[in-house]
Amino acid sequence: MFEKVLTIFIASALINNFVFSRYLGLCIFFGVTKRMETAVGMSFTFTAVMLIGAALNWVIYEYVMIPLHLGFLKIVIFIGVVAAFVQAADTIMKKVTPALYYKLGIYLALIVTNCIILAVPLINADEHYGLFESMALAVGSGLGFSLALIIMASIREKLELADVPISFRGLPISFVLTGLIALAFLGFSGMITL
Amino acid sequence: MYEQLTDLIVQILYHAASILGNTLVPQVGVGGSAESLEFVPWDYIGFGLVVLAGLGIVFGVALAIVAARFVVKMDPKVEQVRETLPGANCGACGFAGCMGYAEAVVGNPDVAVSMCAPGKSAVAEKIAGITGKKAEKVDPKIARVFCQGGTALSQRKFIYTGVKDCTAAVLAAGGDKSCEFGCLGYGTCMRACPFDAIRMSSDNLPLINPEKCTACGKCVAACPKQVIELAQASKAVVISCHSRDKGADTKKKCQVGCIACGICVRTCPSDAIKVENNHARIDHAKCIVCGLCVKKCPTNAIKDYIPVRPKAKIDPSICAGIDMCAKVCPVNAISGDIRAVHAVDQSKCIGCGMCAARCPKKAIQMVEAGQVSGGKQKQEGKMPAAVGA
Repeated sequence: MFEKVLTIFIASALINNFVFSRYLGLCIFFGVTKRMETAVGMSFTFTAVMLIGAALNWVIYEYVMIPLHLGFLKIVIFIGVVAAFVQAADTIMKKVTPALYYKLGIYLALIVTNCIILAVPLINADEHYGLFESMALAVGSGLGFSLALIIMASIREKLELADVPISFRGLPISFVLTGLIALAFLGFSGMITL
Repeated sequence: MYEQLTDLIVQILYHAASILGNTLVPQVGVGGSAESLEFVPWDYIGFGLVVLAGLGIVFGVALAIVAARFVVKMDPKVEQVRETLPGANCGACGFAGCMGYAEAVVGNPDVAVSMCAPGKSAVAEKIAGITGKKAEKVDPKIARVFCQGGTALSQRKFIYTGVKDCTAAVLAAGGDKSCEFGCLGYGTCMRACPFDAIRMSSDNLPLINPEKCTACGKCVAACPKQVIELAQASKAVVISCHSRDKGADTKKKCQVGCIACGICVRTCPSDAIKVENNHARIDHAKCIVCGLCVKKCPTNAIKDYIPVRPKAKIDPSICAGIDMCAKVCPVNAISGDIRAVHAVDQSKCIGCGMCAARCPKKAIQMVEAGQVSGGKQKQEGKMPAAVGA
């Protein structure tokens, strides 16, 4: 049991990193990595939303959708659950911790329709993971995404000073970089065989 | 091509028929999973409708409760002020973005309405209207570059081949320019400008677009040589040099540096220029923007930001021959007998506007020489105002 959870955690963070090997969540990835500060803020918010969203979706999937044979509705329901949860969190945070809200609140709106947030509950459902395994996947994916954001942000801050050919400036060179990091992440693939 | 198209149409019709007949055909691809069924019973569709409706109601009620329970009371004025602000989040006001300033200016009676540099006086007036505070007159500022020694006119100590950025170049023994007070010309200010108001000239000097510059001060902070300063836009004559080297040294390093010769000090009709630390400075409170020093400076270190100076023109029907203008003219461009109509020698007139300011009959107008475009007409209107101030 513990071994399985740990395997899922490491696999989702490094081997099946959502950005570098599944190519999901690229719009946020390129959007917030211009500065380290926004990348770190996004990492925290993203991991927290991912964890809670996956837990909520697991409960609904396990206790409502499976008994009623509603597996075919999972995409619709998961999006609804995440959107409702994020909206509620947004409102509550604004009242309870305004400081945190002004720091991280802008990222919440970006997260609602993010594909990684949706992909994690879908993988949990398809693989029939238990609660702990689902949580491991969520935390692992969140940390993997954070790792990707922080690596990218630190490189792009250095890139500001580099002499890049005009046609490659901005997004193109970032895509080239992402490809190179993805190649590097391929090195993890032999670490665990599931 | 044709066969592929017909195949596709046949497939679509096949799927449509199967959906209508409620017999889902087995298919491979996205969406197929462990729960994909070949046939979905009506019960499941019913459950689906109930569950989706139920979730919708639960979420709706929950969000309504949350919104009511955790409502944050916000002054509607804050939102109004935020909409008025330019939204550049440049931070020139000293608050954390436009939202921060909007909250401060509404909530704190000591925060002035005129702190938004990009918004200028138009925005200050609107904010004053919303908050009920008084708008004091904003004298617009602009970024001025205090160096004219581009690559062609100045010397280099060594050949710099590193990263093309001033902050990087300054790490290499203070930059490659011989003059340690001058612009390095690698465009850090241009990249720092959030309003795209700076571009680099062919001589590697920053050119500031007065239409776009909002005096936010980002370039001032970015320049490692402190070459850019914020100054009042109306004071358009500037000694564009920061060199505090001795005159002879400055001359060796740069053709357009201030050599502290003092000619401008003697020329200035309003005693606005002083030489201190081998370097002349204009006291903008005294400067009347006449432009006389610009003409007299032997190294052309003084820059006149008025593109085309207007010329004085005497209205013969008003002129009473008081001769005040002829006495006050620094270049002796006005001549005429006492009690006779005076005339201005247009080739001598430098457009300083001193005669217009002194004429008791207000017989002298500053007129644009060419009077070609509407833009220059505006300049004409500005000039006497600046002189009179």
